[in-house]
Amino acid sequence: MSEWETVIGLEIHAQLATRSKIFSGSSTAYGAPPNAQANLVDLGYPGVLPVLNAEAVRMAVKFGLAIDATVARHSVFARKNYFYPDLPKGYQISQYELPIVAHGKLEIVLDDGAKKVIGITRAHLEEDAGKSLHEGLPGASGIDLNRAGTPLLEIVSEPDLRSAREAVAYMKKLHTLVRYLEICDGNMQEGSFRCDANVSVRRKGETKFGTRAEIKNLNSFRFVEKAINYEVERQIDILESGGKVIQETRLYDPDKGETRSMRTKEEANDYRYFPDPDLLPLKLDDAFIEEVRTSLPELPDQKAARFTSQYGLSAYDAGVLTSSRELAAYYEDVVRQVPEDPKLAANWVMGELAAALNKEGLEITESRISSGALAGLLKRIRDNTISGKIAKDVFEAMWSSGRDADALIEEKGLRQITDTAAIEKVIDEVMAKNPGQLAEYRSGKDKLFGFFVGQVMKATQGKANPAQVNELLKKKLAG
Amino acid sequence: MSIHSSTLAELAAGLRKKAYSSVELAKLYLDRIESSQSGLNAFISITREEALAAAAEADRRLAAGEGGPLTGVPIAHKDIFCTDGVRTTCGSRMLENFVSPYDATVVSKLKAAGTVMVGKTNMDEFAMGSSNESSYFGPVRNPWNTALVPGGSSGGSAAAVAARLVPAATATDTGGSIRQPAALCGVTGLKPTYGRVSRYGMVAFASSLDQGGVIAATAEDAALMLGAMAGFDPNDSTSVDRPVPDYTATLNDSVKGLRIGLLKEFFDKGLDPSCEARIREALGVYEKLGAQLREVSLPSLPLSVPTYYVVAPAEASSNLARYDGVRFGYRCENPKDLMDLYCRTRGEGFGAEVKRRIMTGTYVLSAGYYDAYYLKAQKVRQLINRDFERAFAEVDVLIGPTTPTPAFPIGAKIDDPVTMYLNDIYTIGANLAGLPGVSIPCGFVQGLPVGLQIVGPHFGEARVLNVAHVYQRETDWHRHVPDAFK
Amino acid sequence: MALTREQIESIAHLARLQLQESEIPVYQQSLSSILDFVSQLDRAETQGVEPMAHPLPGLAQRLRPDVVTERDAHERYQANAPQVEAGLYLVPKVIE
Repeated sequence: MSEWETVIGLEIHAQLATRSKIFSGSSTAYGAPPNAQANLVDLGYPGVLPVLNAEAVRMAVKFGLAIDATVARHSVFARKNYFYPDLPKGYQISQYELPIVAHGKLEIVLDDGAKKVIGITRAHLEEDAGKSLHEGLPGASGIDLNRAGTPLLEIVSEPDLRSAREAVAYMKKLHTLVRYLEICDGNMQEGSFRCDANVSVRRKGETKFGTRAEIKNLNSFRFVEKAINYEVERQIDILESGGKVIQETRLYDPDKGETRSMRTKEEANDYRYFPDPDLLPLKLDDAFIEEVRTSLPELPDQKAARFTSQYGLSAYDAGVLTSSRELAAYYEDVVRQVPEDPKLAANWVMGELAAALNKEGLEITESRISSGALAGLLKRIRDNTISGKIAKDVFEAMWSSGRDADALIEEKGLRQITDTAAIEKVIDEVMAKNPGQLAEYRSGKDKLFGFFVGQVMKATQGKANPAQVNELLKKKLAG
Repeated sequence: MSIHSSTLAELAAGLRKKAYSSVELAKLYLDRIESSQSGLNAFISITREEALAAAAEADRRLAAGEGGPLTGVPIAHKDIFCTDGVRTTCGSRMLENFVSPYDATVVSKLKAAGTVMVGKTNMDEFAMGSSNESSYFGPVRNPWNTALVPGGSSGGSAAAVAARLVPAATATDTGGSIRQPAALCGVTGLKPTYGRVSRYGMVAFASSLDQGGVIAATAEDAALMLGAMAGFDPNDSTSVDRPVPDYTATLNDSVKGLRIGLLKEFFDKGLDPSCEARIREALGVYEKLGAQLREVSLPSLPLSVPTYYVVAPAEASSNLARYDGVRFGYRCENPKDLMDLYCRTRGEGFGAEVKRRIMTGTYVLSAGYYDAYYLKAQKVRQLINRDFERAFAEVDVLIGPTTPTPAFPIGAKIDDPVTMYLNDIYTIGANLAGLPGVSIPCGFVQGLPVGLQIVGPHFGEARVLNVAHVYQRETDWHRHVPDAFK
Repeated sequence: MALTREQIESIAHLARLQLQESEIPVYQQSLSSILDFVSQLDRAETQGVEPMAHPLPGLAQRLRPDVVTERDAHERYQANAPQVEAGLYLVPKVIE
């Protein structure tokens, strides 16, 4: 194994799912024509002033409570000063010394199933910047400020992550959490959930951190993993060849699969943070915080724990089924209708259904088979109307036709044969057709049992009840 | 008595009595403004067309028996207030051609009250100055002596009222920018409590200090104007949600037994002895009216100017970062790249004093200096604030001079910023603590007006105006008009 | 406290202000005297004093309901812009 240890901290920017911007009444909807959603406040016009969006505050508090953090009774907005065309005022309103959320934690499950708690240093409210567009404008960049002023929650982890896999697990867990809380739509393509990674390496046993590089704008889980792995290799190569890692900002290039240094700035950044005099201190009282607490939904970890105890699921299954609020709700809908077999429901939701959704790139909410329809199918398995194997065919037919299980079973005559006499009759015919195999079986070749099962199932087009077939065959073959 | 020497209150009464129409008044004042321009340069924009239309509308309302106490009176706005469709320059090349697409709250409130805007007054660039010499549109001249400054930054508003070019004008005060020019021009200038008047649409200089107010001939007129300007504004997070009293209702309250504090620190060696004599005479008037004088000390007050010259430039350096040549305002010719666009736009668009303050502010906020300058200044600001709190536990108002000297010659202090900054030595404290203050004329020194400053506790506008008004009942300094403008 | 020429240049750069050659010594002199002047603050005993960011102590930030109140007015707002194309504000090419 490598003698190097990787140290990663993530800064995640989650766009809060408010209707209007953090400091203005402009819409936050994605995809409007350029600057159609940038009002005077967003444009930084002379004389305009910011007024804070209540919902953005509420969402930040929700997040703080969900990660077991301290929600500040007193937090302060500060100005981060720098010049950039997508930053209209020449400063970004953010929080600096006194953020709204501090000292939280999140538990992740590692590849080996072990659990690890990742510290969350802080989460603070700030405004997003606009976008610079470079295509189709020779020698110029075009500035679209529709995104400027969209509320962001910047979530800063402790440098507790030790591999790209851990970083991804943490990021996925956060992604799940913010969607559970309904504070962020999690759409990474549209930039609603973005990640910067601080990556450094050090020799194992070393207590001091190595020099870190900050990788900007990682907008997919896959890129996060690839970019970190690339960066770790790069830094190890430098150090092993006697060089020094320099502290800098790097950009991940997904086409080349590598990180590259952003144009070195002529000066070190000096953001000149100071409290924004246009905004007063944000004060939250206990009553408000408690009111938000009571509005919290059941959180992913709580739900997973309940799934294991209430439904007898494995930790793994419970984890998968609670990975989104919608999936968990679907599952529980099914279980409500087939309460006697939660495990069966889990297998179908995670197996056939997940595969079908995945194949077409659909979300659970877009499933062609409703939870009620799936429950209908599972009921027919439970009452032995059809076998599990036939059920898979029925599932496929349901998926493509949109019809329910009972109608398809009836129409195609798939009802299971459970009549003992009928099955015995088929067994007799099979034995009669295969005297050689019968003799071999009876002389001790037990393995041929499967052959007979197969023949009986074939003769009944799979409709014979497998348990009954087994039982009756054993008796008959024994003679 | 000529119409133009009337107070705002008298004009409002005249309009109701149909002694003249609003259109007639607007024309009269517009003519005075236009003929004074070459001598005083008090205006940056004169809005004759808009004014006559608004006046005609006011006349219709008056004829219909509608409207409020200010319907139809002509006023001017300091060119720091955004006015929809009328250019708002803030005295800067940077905004020379900027036409605001919206009205400042103060402007819309005064519009709703029926006032008629006749123009936008000249000012120090971005309100940074005490002499009106930093305006891109040239200095304003003092109507009492055109070789002298009118004070600043609301020098245009003060000069306009002093020369009776308008009966009242809006103004702003960050370190004395209402009270100091009011003093130097011999008119009444009111800076309300921070948060009393909305800052929305008022181009920002130093957000934690800026406050909109008014310059008028009398305390009564200032009370009328403040009543229309003040009030809660949901667009300004620092606006205070608190009812607006009728400031005219308490103007005549007795000052018998009023506890007047004389700030020891205001009567220091920097105060011109002739000015001090006028102030002492004014205090004598109050004593005669039954007020009690007592000396109070604010030991941290001498640090108000250095505190201000850290806090204000720091906030300004950030507030003025938005002028980058991208979305509005001046842009340099043929920028070769983004850095060139920024540096030349700002280098060419801002004048010398604005650049000086931006650089001072940038420096005091920068890494390694923040604690020594900015944080330290915020702490001293707290000390000054506590001094005022202690003082107001003992007295009802503080009275002293507005400025150390009367008006000084144009060009006299322009090359020495620190000397210039010391003009605001008596006014800055009220800004740091967010207190209301008024300056009223209290006599002359060698033909130049002297200002008396009255400072009250938070939201003590009614009391401060009352104290000013009872003085103006006893004296007629506020009725004096420079000969050339009688 | 005397600021060097390099310090003035670096402050001006941080503030994105191009200075003429002749302005540099002027600002060197005036900024130095301003900093000297404000250094009086050092005399104040401020240990344990809460910094004051707002003149009205005790007030708290008010919250606005999350309601969209704005409509597209970009053409009106862009009437003040030096250079626009297809609804975008144009600047010299931004290199990343």
